[in-house]
Amino acid sequence: MTMHSTSPAFKKNAHDALADQQLQRALGNVRAGFIDKRTQAAERLPEFEALRDSARDIKNHVLAHLDLYLEHYETKVREAGGHVHFARTAEEACATIVEICKAQGARTVTKGKSMVSEEIGLNAAIEAAGMQAVETDLGEYIIQLRGETPSHIIAPAVHLMKEQVADDFRRIHTHLDAERDLTQPEALLTEARMVLRKRFLEADVGVTGANFLVAETGTSIIVTNEGNGDLTQTLPRVHIVIASIEKIVPTLEDAAQILRVLGRSATGQDMSVYTTLSTGPRRPDDVDGPQAYHVVLVDNGRSAMLGTEFEDMLRCIRCGACMNHCPVYHAVGGHAYGWVYPGPMGAVLSPSLLGVDKAGHLPNASTFCGRCESVCPVRIPLPKLMRHWREREYERHLAPATFRYGLGLWAFFARRPALYKFATGLAMPVMSFLGRKTGRFAKLPLASGWTDHRDMPAPQGKTFQAQWRERGGKTR
Amino acid sequence: MSAREDILSNIRRSLGVTGREAPRISAMQERLTSAPRGVVPQRGQVSGEARVALFRAEAERVAASVAEVAQPQDIVTEVARYLREHNLPATLRMGADARLAALDWTDTAIEVSHGRSLGDDLNGLSHAFGAVAETGTLAMVSGPDNPTTLNFLPDNHIVVLREADLLSDAESLWDRLRAAYGKALAPRTVNLITGPSRSGDIEQQIVLGAHGPRRLHIVILRD
Repeated sequence: MTMHSTSPAFKKNAHDALADQQLQRALGNVRAGFIDKRTQAAERLPEFEALRDSARDIKNHVLAHLDLYLEHYETKVREAGGHVHFARTAEEACATIVEICKAQGARTVTKGKSMVSEEIGLNAAIEAAGMQAVETDLGEYIIQLRGETPSHIIAPAVHLMKEQVADDFRRIHTHLDAERDLTQPEALLTEARMVLRKRFLEADVGVTGANFLVAETGTSIIVTNEGNGDLTQTLPRVHIVIASIEKIVPTLEDAAQILRVLGRSATGQDMSVYTTLSTGPRRPDDVDGPQAYHVVLVDNGRSAMLGTEFEDMLRCIRCGACMNHCPVYHAVGGHAYGWVYPGPMGAVLSPSLLGVDKAGHLPNASTFCGRCESVCPVRIPLPKLMRHWREREYERHLAPATFRYGLGLWAFFARRPALYKFATGLAMPVMSFLGRKTGRFAKLPLASGWTDHRDMPAPQGKTFQAQWRERGGKTR
Repeated sequence: MSAREDILSNIRRSLGVTGREAPRISAMQERLTSAPRGVVPQRGQVSGEARVALFRAEAERVAASVAEVAQPQDIVTEVARYLREHNLPATLRMGADARLAALDWTDTAIEVSHGRSLGDDLNGLSHAFGAVAETGTLAMVSGPDNPTTLNFLPDNHIVVLREADLLSDAESLWDRLRAAYGKALAPRTVNLITGPSRSGDIEQQIVLGAHGPRRLHIVILRD
C-alpha cells in the first residue's frame, strides 16, 4: 500500500512545475516566509549552534543503541497500559492499524499530521477497509479534499493560493451558504474549524504521528500549532501513534534539547504552540482521554540504513529547513519530487526507502550549494549523501546513456593530461573563431541539454591551463 | 520470525552487535539514570521579578495575554473583568481542581459549570501544573482536576498559574513532574502550551484559533 511514486518522472514533473504560474506564485511564500523567521529565531538564542551539536550527538547515541532503546521503550509503554506493535513494511503497518480500527467497529478515523502515515499510504488502506479517514491539520485537510499529496513536510498545502482553497471549500462544503465570503484566510480557517469540530467529536479512533518517543517513560510527544493533534488523540476511544523506529530519544531532557532546535528550524518559533506528552491510555479516574493507546513502530527500510553511509539521514527530525533553503525546491516545489519526502532530505531518503532505480533522479536535483547542510538542526551532511547516491546511480548504470558516454569521453581525456592539453588547445581557437560574431553558441553538438535553455559563451582565447602558466601558477 | 524479532535482528546485523554487549547496555542505563541536561540556555536562568517579567514577555510575544493578581479571590475579579472586556458570555467551565473550587463566584454574574468539555463551551478555566519562563510556556497535566478537553475545546482558555510554579526551563519542569508523580510520568497527558492555537497553512499567513482556543489568558497568582 506504499504511497505511489512518480519520482522516476522527476524531469518531466520539474518541467511542468516551472511552467505552472499559480504554483510559482505560491512558492514565493516559501522563499519569503521561512528563511527570515528561522534566521531571527536562531539569532535570538546564543546557544543555538551548541544545541545543534547536542541534538546531533543525542541522535547518534540513539542510533548506535537503537535495539536496546526500542526494547526499553516497549517495556515502558506496556507498563503504562499501552500496546506496542512492530511493522516491517508499509503493508504490515497499514494492516495493523486497520485491524485495530475494525476491532473497534470504527467508522470515522481522525488523523493528526503524520509524514510516516503518508509514506505508508495509510488513508488509502483505511478507506479500502470501508472506514473514513479524516485529515484534521488544516493543510492536510485541504490537500485531502483535492486528492493531492503534501508538497512540503510541515506545510503540506504551501503550493496553493487562498483562492484555490476557497474553490475547494465551496465544492465540498455544499451545506453552507453559497454566497459566503471566503476571500480571507481567517474565513477559510473558521470554516475548516467548524466543519472539522464535528468530525473530531464523532471519531472512533484517532491516529497521530510522533516527533519523539521517550524511552525513559514510554511517552510519545507530538508538536503542533493548531491543536488538531490533541483533539485527534483526546476525543476518540482509541489513540494510535504511528512512528518510525528512529524517533526514539533516551530521556525527557534529550527531547528538550531537540525541541529547542526543532521549532526554530521549522517555523522560526521558539516553541510550537502545543507540545504534548502522552503516556498510555486514560487513568482510572480521568474524565477524558482515550481508553486504549497503541503504538505502531514502522521500520520500512530504516534498519537497513544503519551502519551504511546513509545512517546520518536517520537523525532527521523532519523540520523542513533543508527544503525551505533549497533553490531547487524554490523553483519546482515539492510535488515534482514525486513522493512523500521532497527537497534535499527527500532526495536522500526516498532512494533509501524506494530504491535507487525508482528515485535515483532526485539526488541530481541539487546545485550542491550546501545551504541545506548549513541549516540542518542535526547537521546531516545532505550534499555528501546526495553525492553518494549519484555514485550509486552511476555504478548501477542507471544514468542516461548520453550522460554516461559524455562522462566516459571526458574521463578518457582527463586521464591523459598531454592529450587533454593538446585537444583543448586545438578546440579553443576553433570555437573562438566560430563564435566570433555573437560571442555565444545557440546550438552545439552533444550539448543540447545546455543549449536548449541557454547559450554557451564562446571562448575568449586561451585555455585555463595556458593562462595559469602565463600568470606563473604552480604546476606539478 | 515475528516482525519485532526481525526488526531488532536487522538493526543488530546492521550495527554489527548482538544486543548482549555489556558496555552498550551500561551506556544506555547510565544515560537513562543520569539524564544529562545538555545545553540549557542562559535566557531562562533568572529568578524572582525577572523570571515573572521574562515569562510575561515571552507569553505575550506568542499572543497570550497575562494578568497578575495578589490573592486567590482576585482571580474571580480578573476572570469577570476579562470576560466583560471581550464581550464574552458570563459562563465558565472548569474541572475539580480544589484551588479553583475554593473560589467564590457568587458576587459575579458568571455561571460556573464543572467537568470535561463536550465541545460547546465558550470559556474554560484551568489551573496550570507549572510554567517555563524561557519560552512563556504553560504545563498542564491531565486528570479530573483539569481535564485535557478544557485545554482545547473552549474558544477562550483562562489559566491560573501560581508564581511558585513558574520555573526557569523545561528541565526544571521535568524534575517537578518526577517529584510529583514518580519517574513513570503518571498523568496520561502533559500539555505544554505556548500561546493560543494558530495555523499558517494558507499562504503562510498566521491566523489565530485553528482548532484550539482563539484566546489564551494567563492569570499569575503572586501570593
